[in-house]
Amino acid sequence: MPELSDLSQSHAIAAGPASHDRVFRGRASHGWLRALSPLLLIVLWQIGSSTGVISSRTLAAPSQVLVSFGSLVASGELQHHLLISLGRAAKGLAFALLLGGGLALIAGLSKAGEYVIDAPVQMFRTLPVVALVPLFIIWFGIGEFPKIALVTVAATFPIYLALYAGIRGVDAKLIELARVLGLSRGSLIRNVILPGALPMALVGLRYSLGISLVILVVAEQVNATSGIGYLISDARDFMRTDVIVVGLLVYALLGLTVDVLVRWLERRLLAWRASFVGAAT
Amino acid sequence: MTAPTAIPPTPNQHAIAVRAVTRRFGSTTALDGVELSIRAGEFVALLGRSGSGKSTLLRLLAGLDAPTTGEVRVPQRRMVVFQEPRLLPWKTAIQNVALGLAQDNSRERARSALAEVGLDHRLDAYPATLSGGEAQRTALARALVRDPELLLLDEPFAALDALTRIRMHRLVEALWVRHSPAVLLITHDVDEALLLADRALVLDKGRMVAELQIDLPRPRELGQPGFLGLRKRLLAAIGVQDVPQQDVAPVLHLPPSESKATTVPALLRQLA
Repeated sequence: MPELSDLSQSHAIAAGPASHDRVFRGRASHGWLRALSPLLLIVLWQIGSSTGVISSRTLAAPSQVLVSFGSLVASGELQHHLLISLGRAAKGLAFALLLGGGLALIAGLSKAGEYVIDAPVQMFRTLPVVALVPLFIIWFGIGEFPKIALVTVAATFPIYLALYAGIRGVDAKLIELARVLGLSRGSLIRNVILPGALPMALVGLRYSLGISLVILVVAEQVNATSGIGYLISDARDFMRTDVIVVGLLVYALLGLTVDVLVRWLERRLLAWRASFVGAAT
Repeated sequence: MTAPTAIPPTPNQHAIAVRAVTRRFGSTTALDGVELSIRAGEFVALLGRSGSGKSTLLRLLAGLDAPTTGEVRVPQRRMVVFQEPRLLPWKTAIQNVALGLAQDNSRERARSALAEVGLDHRLDAYPATLSGGEAQRTALARALVRDPELLLLDEPFAALDALTRIRMHRLVEALWVRHSPAVLLITHDVDEALLLADRALVLDKGRMVAELQIDLPRPRELGQPGFLGLRKRLLAAIGVQDVPQQDVAPVLHLPPSESKATTVPALLRQLA
């Protein structure tokens, strides 16, 4: 009976994935192994500092960083500077979303808009924003405005580029369908084009958030009297490597937070995507 | 580009009237003096090889393109089902069907259209979770909910597996009988045309080259009396000659031992 032998064969095949599954679970449960190497580095760093191989002028010991972190939090200094930095990033980013998003909508949705807007934007985006710092100081002085403006300029380009590409990349077949259904222009934009461009727009947002933090570091280390960047440049003047490391840690944590935030947004806004639909069920 | 004009109801009730339509793209002529009329409620299949101008004609009839010369008259209420379902991935099945409906009861109408195609249990499913057949049925519901006088089907079953295709044939026929729109079905599949259509047309190099009345009684089955004769004539019109007999029956690919015992009509009955 050929059917029976076929069946037994398919059983043998079915055993394959199961054993793969075991291997996979085994690897997952040993995930802490991945944390081992970074931990070891910190231990080595601590040993190096304690034995004097690494001088505290070069790099403060991890234990010292922890103590400084504690005292900066206890005095409220860290929170104070962090809030100011976050405020600047948020303001700069908000303007960037309005500006970049608005320009992308105009350039994406109309041919005339493309001609007027896209060419200059593509030209300006190749400028390294950091190089604008001297010009901005001359134009706007050293107050809050140039810092926020720098963040805005830097964060505008990623959101513009991504949203513009997203709008232009919407499946032409879906737009054709909208014509068959007789949708109005407004309805087409609302129901087809904007949701279709959303995944790209979120990629742009992720880049914008990242670049706004980077630019903030630069902006705050030039003529600032507050903010994490100021905390770092002030610590530099007093050779406080421990405080500098605390500041770097805060930036790293901010970067992580931003990433988590965008992921959460994607999960909520792109729930229709096959990958998320599969994960939800 | 001018959209095709909507015809006012005329005594002879033509759903499509195409007069001497030519469509050129640069130096290539996709349609060359095409004449076509379809009566209200008539089911017509349009066959032709790839590049024969089938899709160009459909786009003209759908109002997505305009002829270079000639006249296309179609009703205002016309809908297209494409080869791919073309559902908006970010909208659920029912939202896709209701999209663009103006009335207050659009959701209720979308629900009943989905129920008609047997999808009342998947109303809130995203297209990514629908099977190919389910997605195409949703597209069919989206067309039906607009109560079209003319339904244009652009190879809507080509991407489906054989079993799903058979069910879709039955569904489309049942919906056509109930709503009686004029239907123009574009297809590669001679059997599909013979199973569904009142009339088959053959397009070749942008010209209508053949017309075949299909007077088989409904419901139809592959291989029913008269079927093979019409099939041969239609294949000859398309330009396929000397079709061996065994090419006719096996639409379903079954293991050899079973295919002797089970005929396609018997399988069709099982599916129903």
